Amino acid sequence: MSNKKTNKPLVLFVAKEKESLFSKKNRALLTDPLDDNNPITVQVLGICSALAITVQLEPAVVMTISVIAVMGASNMIVSLLRNLIPNRIRIIVQLVVVASMVILVDQILRAYAYDVSKQLSIFIGLIITNCIVMGRLEAFALGNGVWKSLLDGVGNAAGYGFMLILVAFFRELFGSGKLYGFQIIPESFYEMGYVNNGFMLLSPMALVTVGVIIWLQRARNRKLIEKG
Amino acid sequence: MNRDSNAYTFGFAAAMVVVVASVLAFTASSLKDLQQDNVRKEKMQNILATIGIETDREGAEVLFNKYIVSQLALRNDGTVDESVDPFSGIKLALELKKNENEQRFPLYLADVEEDSYYIIPLRGSGLWDAIWGYIALESDRTTIKGAVFDHKAETAGLGAEITQQWFMNRFVGEKVFAADGSLKGILVSKTNNDPKDLDKDDHEVDAISGATITGDGVSDMIYERLTHYQSYLTKNETTAAVAVNE
Repeated sequence: MSNKKTNKPLVLFVAKEKESLFSKKNRALLTDPLDDNNPITVQVLGICSALAITVQLEPAVVMTISVIAVMGASNMIVSLLRNLIPNRIRIIVQLVVVASMVILVDQILRAYAYDVSKQLSIFIGLIITNCIVMGRLEAFALGNGVWKSLLDGVGNAAGYGFMLILVAFFRELFGSGKLYGFQIIPESFYEMGYVNNGFMLLSPMALVTVGVIIWLQRARNRKLIEKG
Repeated sequence: MNRDSNAYTFGFAAAMVVVVASVLAFTASSLKDLQQDNVRKEKMQNILATIGIETDREGAEVLFNKYIVSQLALRNDGTVDESVDPFSGIKLALELKKNENEQRFPLYLADVEEDSYYIIPLRGSGLWDAIWGYIALESDRTTIKGAVFDHKAETAGLGAEITQQWFMNRFVGEKVFAADGSLKGILVSKTNNDPKDLDKDDHEVDAISGATITGDGVSDMIYERLTHYQSYLTKNETTAAVAVNE
C-alpha cells in the first residue's frame, strides 16, 4: 500500500504533460483519413454505400453530414463507456449505440427538418450497416479518450464523405449532365450530338470511378505505394 | 468489478436495453405530434400542387381549406359513404389490401376561380417499394390538370426521377378516358415516338430511361385506381359525354 502511494504522484506528474486539444497528433486524427488512410480508397471499407448513393451529389452530401454526426456521437459514447462495456458483448453494444443514434437523428429530422429527413430515409439502414462506423468504434473508440475518439470519428466520416462527393460529382456530371440537380452541360452540346452516359448512373461505374481515384491517389501519394 | 463475469454482462445488457428503450420511446412520443403534423400538411401540399397551387408546408392548411370544397369517400359503385373521413380515415396502404367492395376511395373536389377539379389519390408498387401520388382531373373529368408522384425507395437517378417536375408535367393535358368513354389510363411508354409529349390524345407519356419497372408501376397505379372511380366520374353521363366530344 505505502509503495503505491509514493508511486502515484509520479504517475500523475507524467500524465499531467497533457497535449493540447489540437496537437499535431490530434490533427492527424482528423486529416489522415482524408488522404493517407482514407476509409474508402485505402482501407476499402464502406464500398457498398459508396456504390448506392453516388448517383447524384445531393444524397451524397446529405449522407456525408449524417454520417459525420452519427460517427462523431457514437465514437464519443462508446469511448465514454469503454471501461464499462463487457468484452463479450461489445459488438452488440456498439451496434445498439449506432442504431439508436441513427434513430434519434431520424426522429429529430422528421419533426424539425422534414424535407431533409425525406431524402435521408432510405439511407438510414445504410448508415447502421456501414463498416466504417463499427470499424472505428472497435478499433479506436474502445481504446482511446473521448476527445480523440470524436476527432477520429469526424475525420473518418469526412474522409468517407469526401470520396462519396467526389464520386458523385463525376457520376452526376457525366451521367445526367447536372450537378446538384442543376443542368451544367449546355443544351447546345446535346444539339451537337453529345449524349449523357447512362452507364455512369449504374453501380458498376461507381466501382470503376473509385478504382480510377485509387490509381490517381497512389500515383500522387508515395506513402501508399506498397513495397516489394 | 469483474467485467467478464456472466452477471456483469447480463446486468450491463439489461441496463443498456432499458436506457436505450426509454430514450428512444421518449423522443418518439414527444416528437410524434410534430411529425404527424408535417405528414398531414405535406399531404395537403401535394393535393394542392396537382391543381397548380404551390405553397410551403406552413401555408398549406389555410389554402387547403380555401380551395378544397368537398371531400368524399366513395364506394366502388360510385356512391358516397358518409361514415368515413376521406382525409384522415382512409389509409390507402391498408385499403389496397382489402376486397375492392370493402375499400373506400377518397376523392377531393376543388374549386379554383370558377373551375372545378377532381383530385384522386393514387398508390401502387414501383420497383423496390410503394409509389403514390395524386392526379387532378379537370371539370370534363378526363383531362389531367396536374399530377404529383412520390415513392418510398426507388433508385436515385432512375426510378426516383418520377418525383421530378419535368416528369410530372408530362401528364398535364393527357386524357384518361377515350373518346368513347372507356377507361384508358396513362401509359408510361418507351415506344410512343413522342418524346416531347406533344400528342395529348394518345393516353401515353414518354418513359424515363432505366426506370422501366417504376414507369410500368406508375401506369398500372393510375389505371387500377381509376377503375374504381369510373362509375362516379361517368355517372353524370351528360357532362362527361359533352366534354369528351369536344
